[in-house]
Amino acid sequence: MSMNFAALALLDGVAYAALLFLVAVGLTLIFGVLGILNIAHGSLYAIGAYVTATAGQWLVDQGYNPWLTFPLLIVAAVAVGVILGGSIEKLLLARIYSKEPILQLLVTFAVFMILENLQRMIWGVQPYFMSTPLTLLGNVSVLGINYTIYQVLFLPLAAIAVLVSLRYFLRHTSMGAQILAVTEDREAATAIGINATRVYLMTFVIGASFAALGGALATPTTSLVTGMGANMIVLSFAVAATAGLGQIEGAAISALMIGIARSFAVYLSPELEVITPYLIMVLVLLVRPSGLFGRETVRKI
Amino acid sequence: MSKGKIAFIVLLAVLAMLPFAASSTVVFITLCMAKSLAVLGILVLIRADQVSFGHAMYFAIGAYAAAFLSSAYRDIDLTLVILAAIAASMIAGLIVGLFVTRYRGIFFGMINLAFSMVLYSVLEKAFHITGGSDGMRIRRPTFMGFEFKRSEFDLLMFYVVLVVAAISFVLVWRYLRSPLGQALRAVKTNETRVEYLGLSAKRVLLTGYLVSAVLCGLGGVLMGTVQGLATPEHAFWSRSAELVFIAVLGGQGSVAGAFAGTVVFETVRTFAAAVLNDSWQLILGVTLIAIILWAPGGLVELWQRAFGKRRKRVAPETVSQKTEVFE
Repeated sequence: MSMNFAALALLDGVAYAALLFLVAVGLTLIFGVLGILNIAHGSLYAIGAYVTATAGQWLVDQGYNPWLTFPLLIVAAVAVGVILGGSIEKLLLARIYSKEPILQLLVTFAVFMILENLQRMIWGVQPYFMSTPLTLLGNVSVLGINYTIYQVLFLPLAAIAVLVSLRYFLRHTSMGAQILAVTEDREAATAIGINATRVYLMTFVIGASFAALGGALATPTTSLVTGMGANMIVLSFAVAATAGLGQIEGAAISALMIGIARSFAVYLSPELEVITPYLIMVLVLLVRPSGLFGRETVRKI
Repeated sequence: MSKGKIAFIVLLAVLAMLPFAASSTVVFITLCMAKSLAVLGILVLIRADQVSFGHAMYFAIGAYAAAFLSSAYRDIDLTLVILAAIAASMIAGLIVGLFVTRYRGIFFGMINLAFSMVLYSVLEKAFHITGGSDGMRIRRPTFMGFEFKRSEFDLLMFYVVLVVAAISFVLVWRYLRSPLGQALRAVKTNETRVEYLGLSAKRVLLTGYLVSAVLCGLGGVLMGTVQGLATPEHAFWSRSAELVFIAVLGGQGSVAGAFAGTVVFETVRTFAAAVLNDSWQLILGVTLIAIILWAPGGLVELWQRAFGKRRKRVAPETVSQKTEVFE
């Protein structure tokens, strides 16, 4: 493999890792606070992507300034996160926090089935594509390779921005402190006057918005097909589990690992492409059962 | 003899008469019985409070074992095909099981899902070996040296599946009441205490996992042989979801529920397919949520509520810890 290919794979990998991170960080945040693994997370990613593609296409067709598609990426993500994520938490999850974990898992799985079906009913099975932001930013030459600025700069910067602001939000704002307090001990937090119900809702909406943002940002570079949500949920779980569920910074590192390894697999042996992420996850979990950065949980007797 | 045993024998007798009374339903009931074996596998794991979102992979392994064997050896005996499927799903179950039984709950479910997604994409991509997304044909095997025509074969399969299913149900029922099977329930309640009793929780779960893998493999080989086809779809997540759905629909922790759930599920699907094909998963999802919120005991619980002697009304939060009704 020549240097060129290595560089190309690396750039591909980083761009892909940025998207993976966005989805995985939402998953891991929700798990960390609510203790629920949201299987419908992959659907939120897919729906975020479809909404962006449809709205972006509409904007362009109506003759608006194509640069408007950039703010659209964020608006669409937040809209999906608030409307869909909010109603999932409010209407459904809020009723099941006291139930057994196995039932909670089944409920989010049921939501996943519903959303996958709705998505197929609304957008059909033909692929969607909206590459306006990609073409607007143009190309750049990195290490002698022509590559799109969107993937080389925009995606990684967006992921870094999310990571930094999420860190800041959790560590240095009042709402963030409330979220951490509820994570630590819901009862004690409620006792000192924190509205845990609201914290749960907020966290879920934020996490859902990240998933939708991942989908929105993926729209210009991938064609949207049915089944992308199912693939993404397992993939983002692999990222989150490799890092240790609930680890935000860890998710960034394992997203990079998995993203880059996957794109090298694409160039070296395409048959292994699908398997690589899970291979990494299994290898990591064999050595460290609770993930790279996860802590062993204390078992209760 | 308990009521449950009598009901079981009556059910067997009724089913055995079915080809004479209603011959058009033979294939349908055969498929139901085959599928209910896989559902039974899911139920064994639910005993230990574990849900696998990837058990369709063993279903596929069973079907593909039959496909490979029947294309390599013409006129192979049905018994051999079934035994091979059992062996294949057991080996696969052991390899995957040694890994996944280190985990519980979310990790258990999701890692199983990851494995099944890998199998699905391998089956789909390696088309020179597995026939890609078109799948592989399963040739009609011989039985005891005889060859069968289509209609005779359907009848033969009906009785074969009936016998295999009856044996499996009895064995699973006995397994769940054996100390090893009871230990599965103990894993659910409190794993640390199980280890204080001198049992290895991991080994208890691994045994359960192997049983469930073999049951799914059996379901796969029987269904595949009847349909004459093995496709990657067999390993797809929606298949696993269906199995979990039926298990919850029938009633968690109830052996009888596995069969009842499958029959109800398949009946609704057969009749509703034409009308509701586009919204099938939507309906499944909504029903699943409704069951979990309002009838966590599934069909079995609804049956008891309607016709039962209201023995020990169970409080809602302990419903899922209820013992099997099949006693």
